[in-house]
Amino acid sequence: MNKRKERIDRGIKVRSEDIFALSSWREMLYLAAPRLIPVAAFIVLPLLLGPYWQRVLLSVAVFALLAISWDILAQTGMVSLGQALFFGMGAYCSAILNHYFGLSPFLTIPVAAVLGGVICTLLLMPVLRLRGVYFTMVTLIIPLMLERVIEATKIFGGTEGISGLAVLPSKWLELYILMAALTAALFGFRRMMTSDYGLVLTGIKDNDRSVMNAGINIYWFKIQALFIAGSVGAFAGAMMTHVYRFVGMPVFALDYSILPIAAVMVGGPGSFAGAVLGAFILVPLSEALRALGGLRIVFYGVFLVIFVVGLPEGIFHFISRKYSQFERWAEVDK
Amino acid sequence: MSETPLLEVRELSKSFGGVQAVNRISFDLHKGDLLGIIGPNGSGKTTTVNLISGFVKASSGKVLFKGRDITSMAPYKIVRLGIARTFQMVKPFYQLPAYKNMIIPLYSPRVKALAGGKYGDRNAVALDLLEEVGFERDNQVAYKVASVLPQGYLKRLELAKAISLQPDIMILDELFSGLSLAEVASIVPIIEKLLSEGKTIIMIEHRLKELFRIANRVIVLNFGEKIADGAAKDVMESEAVKEAYLGSEE
Repeated sequence: MNKRKERIDRGIKVRSEDIFALSSWREMLYLAAPRLIPVAAFIVLPLLLGPYWQRVLLSVAVFALLAISWDILAQTGMVSLGQALFFGMGAYCSAILNHYFGLSPFLTIPVAAVLGGVICTLLLMPVLRLRGVYFTMVTLIIPLMLERVIEATKIFGGTEGISGLAVLPSKWLELYILMAALTAALFGFRRMMTSDYGLVLTGIKDNDRSVMNAGINIYWFKIQALFIAGSVGAFAGAMMTHVYRFVGMPVFALDYSILPIAAVMVGGPGSFAGAVLGAFILVPLSEALRALGGLRIVFYGVFLVIFVVGLPEGIFHFISRKYSQFERWAEVDK
Repeated sequence: MSETPLLEVRELSKSFGGVQAVNRISFDLHKGDLLGIIGPNGSGKTTTVNLISGFVKASSGKVLFKGRDITSMAPYKIVRLGIARTFQMVKPFYQLPAYKNMIIPLYSPRVKALAGGKYGDRNAVALDLLEEVGFERDNQVAYKVASVLPQGYLKRLELAKAISLQPDIMILDELFSGLSLAEVASIVPIIEKLLSEGKTIIMIEHRLKELFRIANRVIVLNFGEKIADGAAKDVMESEAVKEAYLGSEE
């Protein structure tokens, strides 16, 4: 007797065109819970945590935004190894606007998000025609190059960076701006990708020839995706600059490129929720392992391997499958 | 035939490295034509179509559409002007339902422009178009994900995608290959209907019997060169064609 696992959709999941037939509070909760839980967590977490873990939460939110930004590009068929470019560009833009032009953070952050997105898009536009690993290599190189440019030309403070930048009036404001941004990005981009517009973006990844063959200019859509992803990353960078009151070469460091990808891999690609979940696991994990000193990175690496090998689909897809389907072992003849 | 042809192909050539895939091919296409392009494997049929639709850049020669030079224009621009094509290898978005596969062509700026600047309800249009090519509405095939659909439906989907763009010229690249006789027989009326609506069609085919029933003109290619051009039965009488298909006695 062989056995195989049967998966059956829960009745409530049977749907047509997003119209649900709801008959009880339980069913409504079943549908609402996956949306309510993260929103509630974003609201409550800042209140529950102590000052140290509140700082960690800021970092979580920033990496979650970078992971979302990575996932937008990945879903459009652009694999980026250079989220640091977006992050660093936003950071430097807001710092420059604040330090040299004396603008308030309330102005520099939104302006830097848009401006950073524009500059990153312009920088990467010439290589948009490259596919696969060639595009990826260029995204890896540009932030590292910018780091050297700043070092060599000593512009914007050179290796010293720019310090003493203005802060937001309160830490609560910092926390809740980031939490609000995270909520908006998570649900907004999920909606965007299931719209017809998102379908075109994912179409470019799956079969760009077929999208071209529909009379659609795929480079124009790639540019739009790049700008959206760039702005999200630049916003994260701009926020962090005003939290740390400092900007310097480390904003272009590899950490900001690699950790978001790790977060997406752990959480599960193609859903944004996976990206956020991954950031909420990896960033605190890295903090918790600080006590281990030099071995921290080793343990961190082991955790990462366990996650990726054990749940290659990502935690989010695993959870969502368990949530929406019954599973049982069924006997198979032969 | 005093009017200007819809499509004029002039001395079109393409070489890949040392291989002359298409060599100085010329032909005209008039409104309402169904032109068959046939020839042995590797004779340059698909390359010719790729050159017309812009997916491959021509080495020399010209393609004129409604008198306008479209040689080596970007594929998406050519589609917007009104030449739509299908691919020999169907590559649908497998994880999406069939009707969602139609959304991308329906998102085309051409569709918007023809509808007077409005897209309308894409899902409803998609379902209507699929029904037209034989996705029976009653058995909900259009809602099935593409990965479970048999080849016959995938080819119909490919055809529906081309129809959705409301092109002046449709290029069908081996639409019948891999289909059963019954499936081909059910698609032929769809093509006849398109012709009766005034569409102009180019078909690349290996299924000659079915093609000759509907084509009013056939071009035969061999080693990248046009070796015959004319009505189906005349073309097959040509010595050069017999030699290309059957080999010569030496």
